[in-house]
Amino acid sequence: MTIVLALAITAVALPLIVLLPPLNGFGTQRDFVGGFADAGVFVLLAIGLNVVVGFAGLLDLGYAAFFAIGAYTYAYGASPFSGLDIPFWPMLLVGALVAAMFGVLLGAPTLRLRGDYLAIVTLGFGEIVPVVFLNADTYTRGTNGITGLSQPSLYGIFGINGFGFTDPWPYFLTVLIVIAVAFSFLYRLQDSRVGRAWVAIREDELAAASMGINTITTKLLAFSIGASTSGLAGVFYASKLSIVSPDQFGFTVSFTVLAMVVLGGMGNIWGAAAGAFIVYEIQSQGLKQLGAFVQSLHVPTLALGPVSVNLGAIDFINFQYLLYGLALVLMMLLRPEGLFPSRRRRSELHATPDDAADSADVLVQA
Amino acid sequence: MTAPTFDAARPTSDSAVVLRMTDVHSYYGNIHALQGISFEVRAGEIVTLLGANGAGKTTTLKTIHGLIHARKGRIEFEGRDITSMPAHEHVGVGIGQSPEGRRIFSRMTVLENLQMGAYTRRDTSTLHEDYRRVFELFPRLEERRDQSGGTLSGGEQQMLAIGRALMTRPKLLLLDEPSMGLSPILVEQIFAIIQDINRQGTTILLVEQNALMALGVADRGYVLQTGRIVRSGEASALLQDEEVRKAYLGG
Repeated sequence: MTIVLALAITAVALPLIVLLPPLNGFGTQRDFVGGFADAGVFVLLAIGLNVVVGFAGLLDLGYAAFFAIGAYTYAYGASPFSGLDIPFWPMLLVGALVAAMFGVLLGAPTLRLRGDYLAIVTLGFGEIVPVVFLNADTYTRGTNGITGLSQPSLYGIFGINGFGFTDPWPYFLTVLIVIAVAFSFLYRLQDSRVGRAWVAIREDELAAASMGINTITTKLLAFSIGASTSGLAGVFYASKLSIVSPDQFGFTVSFTVLAMVVLGGMGNIWGAAAGAFIVYEIQSQGLKQLGAFVQSLHVPTLALGPVSVNLGAIDFINFQYLLYGLALVLMMLLRPEGLFPSRRRRSELHATPDDAADSADVLVQA
Repeated sequence: MTAPTFDAARPTSDSAVVLRMTDVHSYYGNIHALQGISFEVRAGEIVTLLGANGAGKTTTLKTIHGLIHARKGRIEFEGRDITSMPAHEHVGVGIGQSPEGRRIFSRMTVLENLQMGAYTRRDTSTLHEDYRRVFELFPRLEERRDQSGGTLSGGEQQMLAIGRALMTRPKLLLLDEPSMGLSPILVEQIFAIIQDINRQGTTILLVEQNALMALGVADRGYVLQTGRIVRSGEASALLQDEEVRKAYLGG
């Protein structure tokens, strides 16, 4: 309940904050709300990946594959290409289920692997899926992608029919509701038996098995829940954009979401969500505004011998991955647990003075 | 194998075989680690497996517990074939273990560790009683119940590993080197508690390098050497055995 309340407050606060200076100088409220709706997609992706990486400790580098599967599921369910027009709302569930199914399919043979090996296999899967969508063009229209996807509709409830392209509000509210549902589900899960089993597996898989935890099925569950959240995000994303094409789901998406989770705080649902929101807003709004700001300073072109630097002409968006890289390096050096860590993660990364004293104690006893 | 006789004074002793290993062979890759191990543990006993480093003691426990699968031979628990049972199902049939190197969850609190021990338990009515029992056996754990496992001393971690295994309500408790890395006083304490646990009705299979201590508490023992059982008998007899004394008890 508190989670839903917190999200409701966020829903009201965010669009209001952007009316205040200096934010109102950067764009209209409508622009911002549209951006928040897109950020919501990444929030969903991040809290889903957080289950896999943060809770169960499985490094998944191909997470975008499930995002793609969710998006294409919607494209098959509601586009002129397939000839079907299944409404958006049930498709949300279908997308989540299909993605979860692929999560199980990929997980079953690979989750016996650990650490680096699992990361490499998931990386491979993440590459394969967009390539299949690219090359199976009879079924996917290849590079052109599938276009004309139906947009969500409320069939006249609250006077809203199709969501359309111009008004971002219905999308913003829809993604908030989906996030709220996902949040309360994931919080319950975290405090459940399964949640504790994940923590045990992350700490020591062998000891977890000795406690009677079926490590394979428990890890598989983390994988498929992560995948289903990604599937939800995919359906929403596809319906908002009304087009899916393979280039939307490359490795950069997997990497970006992982960076969001790491920066926000692995293992903490709010942390991962905040990380996603902050990174997305910096990427989509912040860098653009930074460019405009630097330009407005009218810094004269600096001539350093043969090199001349014109700060005003720099397009900061091109530096996005450089900045990610820098942010990650700094983060790992200064605050490896992320901006908003879970209690457990913090204790894993910062040895308390007690730890040191006690390991000395063990040595004395030995 | 010598036929063991039982101390009639022990109330929990009867001759029901709890665990029987028959000609078990296991491998690490191509290394033939267990070369035909046969032994049995009867209800109410403490049985110890002795031997030097690399003799196959831990491998035997891992094989029983399904972490390594026996390539040949048969393992029975209460008459049921468990040779190829996966590790996590052992808790369900009544085999609990405190693994080599303790392997407690160091970032969980003491209480959370014990809760993990009770992970598969459905009978929540008896849970409270079992926490009490563990805390009575190990008062130190109660004092530290909200402290994270990693901050415990070596002895306390060993107590926690045993306590955690007890929370699975095992009929048979496998203990791997409970004396490892502990001071002599702590070893005495831990072994006294092991005897208490046994008196309360839990059968124990104890793997030890500290042969003197182990034979002191055990009913019977088996001596392993490079993957084979080379000696077996009652603990008191093994203590007197010239060969055993020379090899493991320092003469």
